Amino acid sequence: MKMMTPQSEADLAECIAGASGPLWIQGGDTRGCSGSGTVLSTRGIAGVTLYEPGSLTLVVKAGTPVAEVKTLLRGENQQLAFEPMDHRVVLGTAGEPTMGGVFAANVSGPRRIQVGAARDFLLGVRFVDGRGQVLRNGGRVMKNVTGYDLVKLMAGAHGTLGVLSEVALKVLPLAETMTTLAVRNIDLASGVRALSAALGSPFDVTGAAYDPQAQTAYVRLEGFAASVAYRARELDKRLRVFGEVEELTDSASLWRDIRDVRDFAGRPGDVWRISVKPTDAVHLIPALAATRTLCDWGGGLVWALMPEGDDVRAKMTVPGHATLVRATSNTNTVSRHHPEPAPLAALSAGLRAQFDPRGVLNPGLMG
Amino acid sequence: MEMPSPNAAILARKAELIAQLQRVLPDDAIISDEVETRAYECDALTAYKCPPMLAVLPRSTQEVAAVLRICHQAGVPVVPRGAGTSLAGGALPTADCVILGVARMTEVLETDYENRIIRVQTGRTNLSVSGAVEEEDFFYAPDPSSQLACAIAGNIAMNSGGAHCLKYGVTTNNLLGVTMVLMDGTVIEVGGAHLDAGGLDLLGVICGSEGQLGVVTEATLRILRKPEGARPVLIGFDSNEVAGACVSDIIKAGILPVAIEFMDRPCIEACEAFARAGYPMCEALLIVEVEGSQEEIAYQLGLITAIARRHNPVELREAGDAEEAARIWLGRKSAFGAMGQINDYMCLDGTIPVSALPQVLRRIEALSGEFGLKVANVFHAGDGNMHPLILFDANKEGDLETCEAFGAEILKLCVEVGGCLTGEHGVGIEKRDLMLHQYAADDIEAQLRVKDVFDPKWLLNPAKVFPLSTTDTRRGPSLAAQ
Repeated sequence: MKMMTPQSEADLAECIAGASGPLWIQGGDTRGCSGSGTVLSTRGIAGVTLYEPGSLTLVVKAGTPVAEVKTLLRGENQQLAFEPMDHRVVLGTAGEPTMGGVFAANVSGPRRIQVGAARDFLLGVRFVDGRGQVLRNGGRVMKNVTGYDLVKLMAGAHGTLGVLSEVALKVLPLAETMTTLAVRNIDLASGVRALSAALGSPFDVTGAAYDPQAQTAYVRLEGFAASVAYRARELDKRLRVFGEVEELTDSASLWRDIRDVRDFAGRPGDVWRISVKPTDAVHLIPALAATRTLCDWGGGLVWALMPEGDDVRAKMTVPGHATLVRATSNTNTVSRHHPEPAPLAALSAGLRAQFDPRGVLNPGLMG
Repeated sequence: MEMPSPNAAILARKAELIAQLQRVLPDDAIISDEVETRAYECDALTAYKCPPMLAVLPRSTQEVAAVLRICHQAGVPVVPRGAGTSLAGGALPTADCVILGVARMTEVLETDYENRIIRVQTGRTNLSVSGAVEEEDFFYAPDPSSQLACAIAGNIAMNSGGAHCLKYGVTTNNLLGVTMVLMDGTVIEVGGAHLDAGGLDLLGVICGSEGQLGVVTEATLRILRKPEGARPVLIGFDSNEVAGACVSDIIKAGILPVAIEFMDRPCIEACEAFARAGYPMCEALLIVEVEGSQEEIAYQLGLITAIARRHNPVELREAGDAEEAARIWLGRKSAFGAMGQINDYMCLDGTIPVSALPQVLRRIEALSGEFGLKVANVFHAGDGNMHPLILFDANKEGDLETCEAFGAEILKLCVEVGGCLTGEHGVGIEKRDLMLHQYAADDIEAQLRVKDVFDPKWLLNPAKVFPLSTTDTRRGPSLAAQ
């Protein structure tokens, strides 16, 4: 397959303006998706433009590896607070996740339930639209309501409205300590209730997951050591009514595995990511008849490992949407993204037509 | 301020339009009397006034849809209005428009503590959303200073912030879903109680679109459990530079206060004269507030005061109890009232990178000399959102114009140092003509294309946000087609 690797934003604009057919936009190539057409990689457009730890602000070019950014931030005791997952684990892919890819797909991990998603941390974008025009929206400051928020629109647009060339984002301090309370031997309904109780407490829970296989609910606390100890004591009292509570002080790998759905790695079947109202997980999961499931975000994010070709959307008894994250060749007839209701689909199609009138950017990926 | 001249053809059909609206709305929901429409002639940017042709006050999404369908068919511009507290002129009418006010839509539709959401009609005031969940110790986080009066509809339109958004984010970070009526009367549901958008993040672009993409009638909002407590510390410095460095050090130390407020000397003096909060007379004051249990608060305040001491503060006052906390906040909270007593004032709303603070304050001081108008600065220092208050005399000929010119220079300065024209008030008409200082023509065009999709006839709040010269061909054809 033909591949273009522009080395600058100007190169990128030229590649898109000169495209005569579909372009498949690629960041670090970690998603294992492939489309038709010429591959357009952003990996050559990399590097840190600006980092001001005292302003919690970072500006990087889109092709910058996430790993490089994490190392840079760790040096100042800061982090990407939205905790983007590493798709390579569950997809069994190689490649190197990029910052552009993370924002193009709005990838967030367990901490999303408390601090917000990737899109909530994105302050500004530079991108090239389907006409080959270099555009800019937002900026590098935390509060900005100047004109329409195309920053949010670009986050999660999967490159269909434009190809990101640079992102400005808000970073946050790295927590001094972390601990996890595990509530054992608890069924799905009680597990989700326990997570709701924890998230509805004043104790700043930064992770709330339930593992149906292990019949365990996990609640994460982060912050200054004394504060974490205090909150762990208080939450322990409230969680004990749901079951036996155990404190896991060394839980970094537990949350990394939840973030990356490591439990599904290497197991056959399709991987679905379903977004619902947190308490609806209780109704959704039995209806799915999945091989395995995992709940994050207090129940609001349900990961399901399904038999090949099984269409989760037909089984959804509650409002929400399902994305097919890992598909076997037998499942290729199912769309990756959840079909939108007609009036929203019309607006989305209208936006794509405006930003990419020739339909060259990842055509068909989102509808 | 230039506004498009009213379309005579529309004005000529006023009676016909009223008759059509009477078929879909109760009589008391239509205001057509020339005296009564006066109530809608401006919002909180009172320097500009123009009574609308009509005002309507629907009570439901269906009524809103019916009104918009009629106006769409008739080619009549519609200006949506929340509580009319916009400081940017977002709800300023034109003489040929229909004001669509959501003030009668104030119901709480659903509260769900397990999922931490509330669904409300958007005419409900910001503070009464928190009020509705207070008994369970929950609250709605965005807290614009007009929160007693401002409506959720306007908060969504302007993506409003507040003093506490350093920790909790602004409206867009706390909005999960909307019911919105498009200009042609189509009702859409975007988002909901689930967390992430399915397809494109339409909710993200709707929030902050200043009533130009649709009329939001219902909203699903994130509610949070109240912290156990909160307490501020007041720190005085003998220079703006040192105060700025202290803010940066607090943030670098990994502490995330819920608010960091900054006041400069002119502001301190005015507040002190007005509220007598006992502020020290110095060059710069910081109020830093942290949250948590009593022990957590004490621990964080300990870290903050240790950092502050390294910068040789001229004053360091920790609130020991609620009364002392209220005293520390007293001056800051009366800043606007204090200014109002001295003079007329204009409140600006630019954002700058925190690191540019000393440089920007020096430049503002120089500009103040050049324009011959005094200025005082209050500042959400944690996130760089500054509110310079320019004092002027509305009764003195030319003073308003000088003040506006001065304000424009300050906002251009914000853009120059890497910031933006508006942090939380919105563009409206106030900053409309400065947009080309922040964005290139192509960047503006990309935003106009979004409106083309949602409102192809350009009837919703059409004369706002973008310089008229960039939108006249779009606004033109829709009217000419009538």
